[in-house]
Amino acid sequence: MQDIPTPSKKQPCHPLDDLIRTDRIPHIWCPGCGIGTVFSACLAALKGSGINLRKTVMVSGIGCSGRAAGYVKLDSFHTTHGRAIPFATGLKLANPELNIVVFSGDGDLFAIGGNHFIHAARRNMDMTVICVNNLNYGMTGGQVAATTPHLAKSTTTPIGNPETPFNLPLMAYACGATYVARWTMLHIRDLTDSITEAICKKGFSFIEALSPCPVNYGRRNKQKPLDMLRLYQEKAIIKNHADPSTLDIDFEKGIILGKFIDLDRPTFIEQYDKIYRPSRLQENVSELNS
Amino acid sequence: MEFWRVPFDADTIQVTLGIVHILEDRCKGCGYCIEYCPKQALEFSTNFNQKGYHPPVVVKPEECVNCHYCEIICPEFAIFSVEYPRITEPGQTETKHVI
Ligand SMILES: Cc1ncc(C[n+]2csc(CCOP(=O)(O)OP(=O)(O)O)c2C)c(N)n1
Ligand code: SF4
Ligand code: SF4
Ligand code: SF4
Ligand SMILES: [Mg+2]
Repeated sequence: MQDIPTPSKKQPCHPLDDLIRTDRIPHIWCPGCGIGTVFSACLAALKGSGINLRKTVMVSGIGCSGRAAGYVKLDSFHTTHGRAIPFATGLKLANPELNIVVFSGDGDLFAIGGNHFIHAARRNMDMTVICVNNLNYGMTGGQVAATTPHLAKSTTTPIGNPETPFNLPLMAYACGATYVARWTMLHIRDLTDSITEAICKKGFSFIEALSPCPVNYGRRNKQKPLDMLRLYQEKAIIKNHADPSTLDIDFEKGIILGKFIDLDRPTFIEQYDKIYRPSRLQENVSELNS
Repeated sequence: MEFWRVPFDADTIQVTLGIVHILEDRCKGCGYCIEYCPKQALEFSTNFNQKGYHPPVVVKPEECVNCHYCEIICPEFAIFSVEYPRITEPGQTETKHVI
């Protein structure tokens, strides 16, 4: 083959540099942690979606995943533990023009913040919730979470988790989410496409992104970072529109990935305006017609 | 380019080529880009970066097909590819590169 020119010595710009606070990079995430990949997919989706990024806000709670809000070069809020969704709800209600993306961890969204998730989905609050599911509480040293697989080891279940974990897509669907998908951080193109779709869709959208936490979860379950990725590759079964009740995470049986739910129903704001602010609804209609 | 089954129109298809850029000091040496590059174009460098990790190095630059997979899997925003600028005359299998 022909001569290949050596890339220039000048530090080149990464294609997503315009959406990250480059002065804070390298970020705090450990080597091999998947959060950075999910975050990068989210940024690519934000960029590809064509929405007005000046009217887009990212909200995170507490945890390793929750650090994302501090790295995105958009308006963003790093809120208290478990409270990303109620904070985002307040933002949306105060300024319905905003596009809201919640980016947080499984512990933050489904343990301490579980009730908020349930009610935001029930109300069909217009936002996109991305959950980095690393199967444990990464930040605090690897305690058992509401998502830790049965029999998996953690600092608080040293010989195996006796509990049954949540099936997150089932929970989202049962509570009323209008868009539900699950991918792993290895299925990056599908993950990015789903996030893009979810961002462009009105109503409550939920995306679960499985992601390795090699330092806390992996180490206790004898999984090196690449072992976890191989597991995602070997155990993934892509099945769009699968019945949500079949989506429990059991690495023995295989992990079902895909877009499961994509339907339409009125959002909280639409229903509220219909009953309490019919004049505003009229304004919106005449705006649309003009 | 090697094919496991040669497409009928192999001689008219343009295979995109890429140039890989590595921002060495952002890398934390996870090796995901190296493991999942479909063309095995990358390997660990023997050099250390500022933080003491071995970043990837492009060992087979001519193999890169600009698929961007290294770029999208990297958790650190440390690697990306861009299309190799070139011209191909119609009906010609060999590609002429413009630098
Ligand atoms: C009110 C409150 N309770 C507990 C904590 C301690 N804490 C910090 S992060 C965290 C769990 C994070 O788990 P997850 O949301 O899954 O994030 P990860 O670190 O795994 O990405 C906990 C319990 C806290 N910061 N605030
Ligand atoms: S502790 Fe786990 S989740 Fe947190 S940054 Fe490290 S690898 Fe990632
Ligand atoms: S762009 Fe694709 S082929 Fe080129 S180095 Fe990256 S992963 Fe390999
Ligand atoms: S994926 Fe990124 S952080 Fe990991 S080895 Fe490659 S360049 Fe370094
Ligand atoms: Mg977690």
